[in-house]
Amino acid sequence: MTDNLVIDVRGMTKSFGDRTVVNAIGLQVRRGEVYGFLGPNGSGKTTFIRMLCGLLAADAGEGSCLGFDVIRESDLIKRQVGYMTQRFSFYEDLSIAENLDFVARMYGVSNRRDLVKESIERLGLSGRQKQLAGELSGGWKQRLALAACLIHNPQLLLLDEPTAGVDPKARRDFWEQIHELAGQGLTFLITTHYMDEAERCDRLAYLSYGNLLTHGTVSEVIAHGRLTTWSVTGPELNELARRLRGIEGVQQAVAFGSRLHVSGTDAAALEKAITPLRLEPYKWQQIGSGLEDVFIHLMGNSKDNF
Amino acid sequence: MKKRPSLSIARFWAIIIKEFIQMRRDRLTFGMIVGIPVVQLMLFGYAINGDPKHLPTAVLMADSGQYSRTLLSALKNSDYFRFVRQIQTEAEGEAALARGEVQFVINIPENFSRNLLRGEKPTVLVEADATDPSATGNAIASLRTLIAAALVNDLKGPLTYLAGSDGPVALRVHARYNPEGVSQYNIVPGLMGVVLTMTMVMITGLAITRERERGTMENLLSMPTRPLEVLLGKIIPYIFVGYIQAGLILVAARFLFHVPMAGSILLLLLTTSVFIAANLAMGITFSTLAKNQLQAVQMTFFFFLPSLLLSGFMFPFRGMPEWAQIIGEVLPLTHFLRIVRGIMLKGNGAGEVLLQLWQITLFALIVLAIGVKRYRKTLD
Ligand SMILES: Nc1ncnc2c1ncn2[C@@H]1O[C@H](COP(=O)(O)OP(=O)(O)O)[C@@H](O)[C@H]1O
Ligand SMILES: [Mg+2]
Repeated sequence: MTDNLVIDVRGMTKSFGDRTVVNAIGLQVRRGEVYGFLGPNGSGKTTFIRMLCGLLAADAGEGSCLGFDVIRESDLIKRQVGYMTQRFSFYEDLSIAENLDFVARMYGVSNRRDLVKESIERLGLSGRQKQLAGELSGGWKQRLALAACLIHNPQLLLLDEPTAGVDPKARRDFWEQIHELAGQGLTFLITTHYMDEAERCDRLAYLSYGNLLTHGTVSEVIAHGRLTTWSVTGPELNELARRLRGIEGVQQAVAFGSRLHVSGTDAAALEKAITPLRLEPYKWQQIGSGLEDVFIHLMGNSKDNF
Repeated sequence: MKKRPSLSIARFWAIIIKEFIQMRRDRLTFGMIVGIPVVQLMLFGYAINGDPKHLPTAVLMADSGQYSRTLLSALKNSDYFRFVRQIQTEAEGEAALARGEVQFVINIPENFSRNLLRGEKPTVLVEADATDPSATGNAIASLRTLIAAALVNDLKGPLTYLAGSDGPVALRVHARYNPEGVSQYNIVPGLMGVVLTMTMVMITGLAITRERERGTMENLLSMPTRPLEVLLGKIIPYIFVGYIQAGLILVAARFLFHVPMAGSILLLLLTTSVFIAANLAMGITFSTLAKNQLQAVQMTFFFFLPSLLLSGFMFPFRGMPEWAQIIGEVLPLTHFLRIVRGIMLKGNGAGEVLLQLWQITLFALIVLAIGVKRYRKTLD
């Protein structure tokens, strides 16, 4: 069912100088899906998104976005995409209303006035619409940016770290709104560093150094990781972690608050490795690996490849 | 007492080296550091001639006698006057002056030779375009001597007496357009063009680089828009700003400096919009070329300097060497100065104005086309 694919690209590549920042990445995103885009800083997420909406010319790659050719028809793609940049990029010296009005005019929406008014009301900013965007707090800027991205009724939203620097309550509200919109048929590609957000995505892709390391639903990604994980509680976990890291069979020992996650790809070897350390007062328990365990694992491997 | 770290020659040196490297890398600044003194030296050192010569001159010869021919050939051989053509009617001379084609029209009256021989001291009438008094002063002063010297060969033997003590002919000079030679009449209207050039180019010069530096460019580019929309969209609003400036100067010209307004103010205001737009277009094109705001400001300055010096504002245009005049002819300010002075002092109409205006328009279109071409539609 290819007409159900909002994004369907292959081999997207971009280099800056002699550094390949996005390396032959393919991605399929279905209509109405919330697709999570993860990876450490500098892994090429922003660059990939910019190529999708024609902000950067791809060095190689092909495919379609919203049914248009991703390389040649960016002007048409732009009309139906809402792109929320990583850094706030609306005019700080324009008021909330003026920014929304500007965007609405740029997209040539009909009944502009009503849409802007509605948008401000939905934001709950009716009383402050004359306030300059530059004076807003991070959370409000993010809400303004989202509202502005939605004003021309796009089919696809590309949100680049939309919740960075936003408080937990605002993040929760934000995600509720995303799912509501997805329910109405909007498609989302969202980059994030938060695991709870990743878990709220229908599907995920994980990038590192420009390479797509894994993709799928949360459980698929975890299953692909083939990781066995033990959770430990007890005193002096730092010391324990240091000792564990030197042992054959233990691939990672990572602190999660008051617990330590110890993981390895070979379940038997891992169990053997930790046996001598399974002493009081430590409490060991095998758990299902989480997304974060898998991502940390992927990260470690991809570094080794360099 | 707190002990402060001592000064280190090594650190000092490190900074010097770093600054030098940075300066060398920054081509534009380096170019400016070198370029400005070079330009200034060339302009002030030898290019600018405060005593312009070879001023274009038309002659209306109503007499075909020996002495008028002597006079004409003397004019042709003189330093100050460059004989352009002979004209037939006064109206023709009038028009040539208004268009700025000639600086002088010299009228040799009917029966000049006969009257000269009769000792009647015929009158040679000189119509001078005195818009810029400094351009004509010396030439006029030299004319009396020139005529006397030319005729002295012809007036030998028994005719010597005709040369007389105050010369064989009478000379009447009409300093046209600015009879009192008030330099403000020349400078104040010109200032309008200079101020507009400076500020208009600067204002839009920052337009695109500012977007880039504030990160708003990414947003703008993600919207469906064409370069020309962005560029023109950034030009138009500032035309009004330009009108405010123009208005201020016109008010000052009228009420503080009492500069006459011989022509139509409406025509002047209409023309001004084209000139403002040309400068805004220049600025926005700089903006598409510059990598950051500093570069944009530097480019503006590079444009402003020749505009100021080579347009005929600072020095009489005809006092400049040919290469400088060629550069000057390209600059919008040169043509605008002719328009403003023409309308205000000469009372020029649409006909004369159009002769200059099309050149400003052409400049604006070419510059804008470069801007559109150079406007980057991606962040690459
Ligand atoms: N315009 C550019 N010129 C040169 N290098 C760039 C440019 N944009 C991004 N990069 C580099 O490409 C890499 C990927 O960047 P980016 O796509 O922003 O990663 P992410 O969004 O995943 O953090 C980074 O190392 C970054 O420094
Ligand atoms: Mg990024």
